[in-house]
Amino acid sequence: MSQASSSEALITMSGVDKWYGDFHALKGVDLEVRRGEKIVLCGPSGSGKSTLIRCINHLETIQKGRIVVDGIALDDSARVVDAVRREVGMVFQSFNLFPHMTVLENCTLAPMRVRKVSPADAKATARKYLEKVRIGEQANKYPAQLSGGQQQRVAIARALCMEPKAMLFDEPTSALDPEMVKEVLDTMIGLAREGMTMVCVTHEMGFARQVADRVVFMADGEILEAAEPETFFKNPQNPRARTFLGEILAHH
Amino acid sequence: MGLPEYLFLLQGLKWTVLLSCIGFVGGGIAGLMVALARTSGLPVLERATSGYIGLFQGTPLLMQLFVVYYGLSLVGLQFEAWQAVAIGFTLNASAFLGDIWRGSIEAVPRGQTEAARALSLGYVSRMRDVVLPQALRISLPATIGFLVQLIKGTSLASIVGFTELARADNIVSNQIFKPLLVFGVVGAMYFALCWPLSLFGSWLERRLAAPTR
Repeated sequence: MSQASSSEALITMSGVDKWYGDFHALKGVDLEVRRGEKIVLCGPSGSGKSTLIRCINHLETIQKGRIVVDGIALDDSARVVDAVRREVGMVFQSFNLFPHMTVLENCTLAPMRVRKVSPADAKATARKYLEKVRIGEQANKYPAQLSGGQQQRVAIARALCMEPKAMLFDEPTSALDPEMVKEVLDTMIGLAREGMTMVCVTHEMGFARQVADRVVFMADGEILEAAEPETFFKNPQNPRARTFLGEILAHH
Repeated sequence: MGLPEYLFLLQGLKWTVLLSCIGFVGGGIAGLMVALARTSGLPVLERATSGYIGLFQGTPLLMQLFVVYYGLSLVGLQFEAWQAVAIGFTLNASAFLGDIWRGSIEAVPRGQTEAARALSLGYVSRMRDVVLPQALRISLPATIGFLVQLIKGTSLASIVGFTELARADNIVSNQIFKPLLVFGVVGAMYFALCWPLSLFGSWLERRLAAPTR
């Protein structure tokens, strides 16, 4: 199950603090993600999971601490931020596909603009990844013509087209109808099998069991527990983790 | 009403069309800059453009034309009537279009910008490729509405002695004492200018909406 081939850290967060005004959203977060490691972040809503992964690609700024991604220490300069974002793909809860562009155009835009790839090469790469997420035949459709599950798979392909070193998933299945959750999770499992470094905020505990190297539990902006899935699910140490698991597993 | 009168009116129509074009182009370019500055996230730019918009929306166009034509000549800036009118219309249109487009840019869901950022797209690409095409579609009814107003608003240029369609109308009807006939003809001319623009707007709206349905 564990494919963390190298122990070298790809993403390191140390002593990260974030406030929204008076609200202390992240409290001294330390997290290390090794190359090829899959991490599932879980916890009650409002616990700071999404905020945490959004700090990694600087969609949120931090007030204290240090984040290093692939050897680049994140600061507020556009050059550094862009360098980090080139290597880190992100998939959102609400897909955020560009509605005025076809599926193919969604996938070729960033490689052409950011990596300066030729249109022909960008299209070839896009088709490769669209095939991979099994949506190649929809390349010329517009996002609104696809189902939610298909849109989310396009969003995954779009991120992959930048050939990132790590992928961040922010509740990728939360906005989907139940019957579409599986197709997206299957895509993510496939990606995990190929050794992609992944940080996923999700409540899909089946997914966590299947692919995660570590499950990280957060509450009130703090990491309270981090353990291998078997250990975490069988025997959570933190009382809040126990309550949380009791609540969400009751529905499964 | 004979041929000379018609020709005179057409002469006025020509100026109305030209003034409208100057207003569209000048106001469009300046308006885009106003809208981008207004949404730039830079407090200085945002406050400056907010003041600019407030000033030009809050005073009559008539007065703005006056100030540009007569007022500026007092401080030594002498403009030809058509130049003064072109400047006045550009300033006025840029304030209104800038505010319409500011609203449309803000109406594009935040997730769009975030997705673009996450893909490492820079500001220019984020705006040109992702935000503005969507904002354009949102702004279309208000933009076309304003442009139609602008065409009709060019009649105010007569105030600085500029012979566009409305003034030509006045002159001709005073000469031939058939105001209703002349008004009718001139009204039809304005309508012939504005209506196709409205039609074009609706057509463009349908065309842009198609893929997102």
